[in-house]
Amino acid sequence: MSDPKDDWQADYDEARLRDVPFETMSGVPLDAVYGEAPYPGQYPYTRGLHAAGYRSRLWTMRMFAGFGTAEDTNARFKELLRAGGTGLSTAFDMPTLMGRDSDSPWALGEVGRAGVAVDTLADMEDLFADIDLSTVSTSMTINGPAASLMAMYVAVGEKTGVPRADLAGTIQNDILKEYQAQKEYIYPPRPSMRIVTDMVKFTTAEMPKWHPISISGYHIREAGSTAAQELAFTLANGFAYVEAAIAAGEDINEFGRRLSFFFNSHLDFFEEIGKFRAARRIWARWMKERYGATDERAMMCRFHTQTAGVSLTASQPEINIARVATQALAAALGGTQSLHTDSFDEALALPTEKAARIALRTQQIVAHETGVTNVVDPLAGAPFVEWMTDEMERQAEEVFAHLDELGNGSILEGVYAGIDNGYFVGEIADAAYRFEREVNADRRIIVGVNAFTDGDEDTVPNLLRVDHSTEEYQRKRLDAVKKDRNQESVTAALDLITATAEDSTTNLMPSIIDAVKVYATEEEIAMAMEKVFGTYVETAIV
Amino acid sequence: MSRPDLAAAELVERATNGDRRSVGRLLSLVERGGAGAEEIAELTHLESHSSHVIGITGAPGAGKSTMVAKLVAACTAAGQRPAVLAVDPSSPLTGGAILGDRVRMAEVDTTAFIRSVATRGHAGGLALAIPGGARVLAAAGFDPVIIETVGVGQVEVDVTAAADTTVVVVTPGMGDAVQANKAGLLEVADIFVVNKADRPGAGDARRDLELMLELSHVTGQEDESYRPPIVMVNSLDGDGIAEVYDLIHTHQDHLVTSGTLHDRRCRRTRFELASRAGLRFERVLTSALDTPAVAAVIDDVAAGRATPASGLAALTAALDAPL
Amino acid sequence: MSDTTTPSGGEDTTTRVVLAKLGLDGHDRGIKVVARMLRDAGMEVIYLGLRQTTDSIVAAVEQEDADAIGLSMHNAGHLTLGPAMLAALDAADLDVPLIIGGIVPAPDLPILTEAGVAAVLGPGASADEVVRTVRRVVHGE
Repeated sequence: MSDPKDDWQADYDEARLRDVPFETMSGVPLDAVYGEAPYPGQYPYTRGLHAAGYRSRLWTMRMFAGFGTAEDTNARFKELLRAGGTGLSTAFDMPTLMGRDSDSPWALGEVGRAGVAVDTLADMEDLFADIDLSTVSTSMTINGPAASLMAMYVAVGEKTGVPRADLAGTIQNDILKEYQAQKEYIYPPRPSMRIVTDMVKFTTAEMPKWHPISISGYHIREAGSTAAQELAFTLANGFAYVEAAIAAGEDINEFGRRLSFFFNSHLDFFEEIGKFRAARRIWARWMKERYGATDERAMMCRFHTQTAGVSLTASQPEINIARVATQALAAALGGTQSLHTDSFDEALALPTEKAARIALRTQQIVAHETGVTNVVDPLAGAPFVEWMTDEMERQAEEVFAHLDELGNGSILEGVYAGIDNGYFVGEIADAAYRFEREVNADRRIIVGVNAFTDGDEDTVPNLLRVDHSTEEYQRKRLDAVKKDRNQESVTAALDLITATAEDSTTNLMPSIIDAVKVYATEEEIAMAMEKVFGTYVETAIV
Repeated sequence: MSRPDLAAAELVERATNGDRRSVGRLLSLVERGGAGAEEIAELTHLESHSSHVIGITGAPGAGKSTMVAKLVAACTAAGQRPAVLAVDPSSPLTGGAILGDRVRMAEVDTTAFIRSVATRGHAGGLALAIPGGARVLAAAGFDPVIIETVGVGQVEVDVTAAADTTVVVVTPGMGDAVQANKAGLLEVADIFVVNKADRPGAGDARRDLELMLELSHVTGQEDESYRPPIVMVNSLDGDGIAEVYDLIHTHQDHLVTSGTLHDRRCRRTRFELASRAGLRFERVLTSALDTPAVAAVIDDVAAGRATPASGLAALTAALDAPL
Repeated sequence: MSDTTTPSGGEDTTTRVVLAKLGLDGHDRGIKVVARMLRDAGMEVIYLGLRQTTDSIVAAVEQEDADAIGLSMHNAGHLTLGPAMLAALDAADLDVPLIIGGIVPAPDLPILTEAGVAAVLGPGASADEVVRTVRRVVHGE
């Protein structure tokens, strides 16, 4: 057996370090790691995925953006890239997230409000106009109709000369948590999983730089779960995707290394750090021991983090900047791969450009001024931090055992069962209500809400107002696209999607890509599949 | 109340002319109980006889609401005007309730009438509110009237059993059939549904029911000529619903041809009258217990200064007064 | 004290509130918390859940004889959907108070109240505030 410290040193020496002094502000030189084995970059990765941590590469500062029309968002993308952001992240409006076009009666009042509206490939072309898709990595937050949006991105790439194999990015595509928390589903769980599995297969074969699922705890937490529930439900969903992919004949080492995660960073500092560290350890162990992964990269839990939107208060909104800073620091100490920091005005409205910039600056301060990036996993070995990590793991394992039992030895079946019987929504609603009651009883202090409330009078910040003409504009644009396209080829493309949906042995992706290329709308594609898959209504009550 | 309170007679008039809001209001007044409910019963009783009343019960989580939604759709498709009284328990601690059956009936089109009813805790209230509510719906022209209850509390079981046709829903596994037997649901069932029949153990559930029916058949049933059928259903995708719908009608025909419909309704009337009288007695009893004379004797008996018999004598005397 | 009162005549009046999400917005943490708050204050909550239309809400209010309607909105659609709901209630001749909860920027408050929304509850409204608001719009207390 080789010495873990020597192994670590060898890995560290191979890393290309950032060209900055790794010393304190006062000039005290610092080692890259302190403490005992296993070291960063060593299984089970509690201490991080890479030997050199942020010494070699800082986290990606990925700011979520999207509002109004595709042109509006395109302008915001360019602004973010100029400001030093290194990845694009897209928020879609609610109709787009639900597979509805801007002219649907369901879209009334929601077009372009909470994100960008995308109805057809034409909107996607506007969204990424003048941005070289071979040089950016794009994250798309969409689930129910994820296949259509990914197909549009592929089509934009091809039209601008970037082959799909060169497209880098992530699509959220985590349908299971929709039934548990975010509620943006279209079809019932099982047919939805078929679409997800088709996307995993397609990207494994044709898009090596693409992450086909970002398994997301963020929304579970925002829906009111505890930290341990966020951790447990998210990883359980991850295991479910793994089991589905294995059942579909995929090689765990191939697709396993392209799975990524998305966590929330909330306010309880050490609990959050424990959660992040536990996530890496649990994932590595399960991938290796239960699912038989042999490639280390397939055991690594890579994650994006976003600060907790739900923790932001509408009263005294500026103090949210301090909350976000604390959460960003927890994410950094937890070893996140990328980070979105929320804007302080988000409890009031969509963020203004200024608020979004302050949010980005906040994580830049954490990265460049605080010194926490000098040492890899600097909190390792602290008794409380290690205990908290163990405790998060223990609580998560209890949930896995429950789901394993529900599913008779299959986490996938256990997750289906937990969705069907209301386990997830019930647990989350219980936790949300417990927290709310504690705040109401003043057993928990929320600054500016139930304590220290004076000073709220003079703070009505400038709010972003989405232009009311967006809806009208978007509808007209959709009309124009529909008039220009070849209706016969659209109908044929949609019929092919329906036929493919009926045949579970054929991958849906090629037929969807063909349909977006002839400018079939997102809703038309969604409905073509709905004919076969049906719709889902949540029946479990609080 | 922000709404003008119309007289009961006016509401009944409007309800029978198709005003759904008046139907909703009448159902509230019936639930509220007291003299208003009595008046509405007087006004609606004679108009309520042609509607078929269907009771559907089973353990929590058996998928009753989803099944009712499918059944309602079948009724609507056949040109009927169905209504549903969906009963859910109130919180014993706060008296409040979260009533979620409408969520599970989301697919029902708005021509059907669905009313969520909370048990509201106090004994007897539900036993009056449900027959009273069914009467209002029937008088307003809804047919059939479907009563859906969780088959756990005795009142819920009694209320459902007082229907013309009673459907008991069980699910595979968890010994549902055995539980149903214990809850006394076996005796009252006219039709059994094994819901979620695509799950493992559905065949076992069916066999359990058959076995128990065999045994109860030996002990004797009210109607020798009718044997409750067992239907396998998957209410999520609607499998078996058409059969349930047909069997309900078969049972309805049987009630008429065999003459047992009248027996059923006598039983229901008897139950309702007993509930009404029980509620009234209970109220009288409570106020008698609170009279100063009885309170004084209670004090004495508790302190060992008087015997229970003398306490009962004082209570009886107090009861005689208002009665 | 519970909201259920049983006067001597055995009459029982319980406040009944229809809670729903109108439109596509799926954020339901707040509305589920509010449902429990109202239940724990002794009210009956008729929970309609996600993806409701103005028609489905009107039908529920009629059939359930609701005393108040609570809509939760987190997607900045309140200026469109709030008035649409009021118009639908008006068309059905229903005079039932409408409460909107969720993320409503301060400048929008007067717009909504002038349109006829009975009350607006922002994020961070306490249980007391929620229950008091419902009682106020129902009983005029």
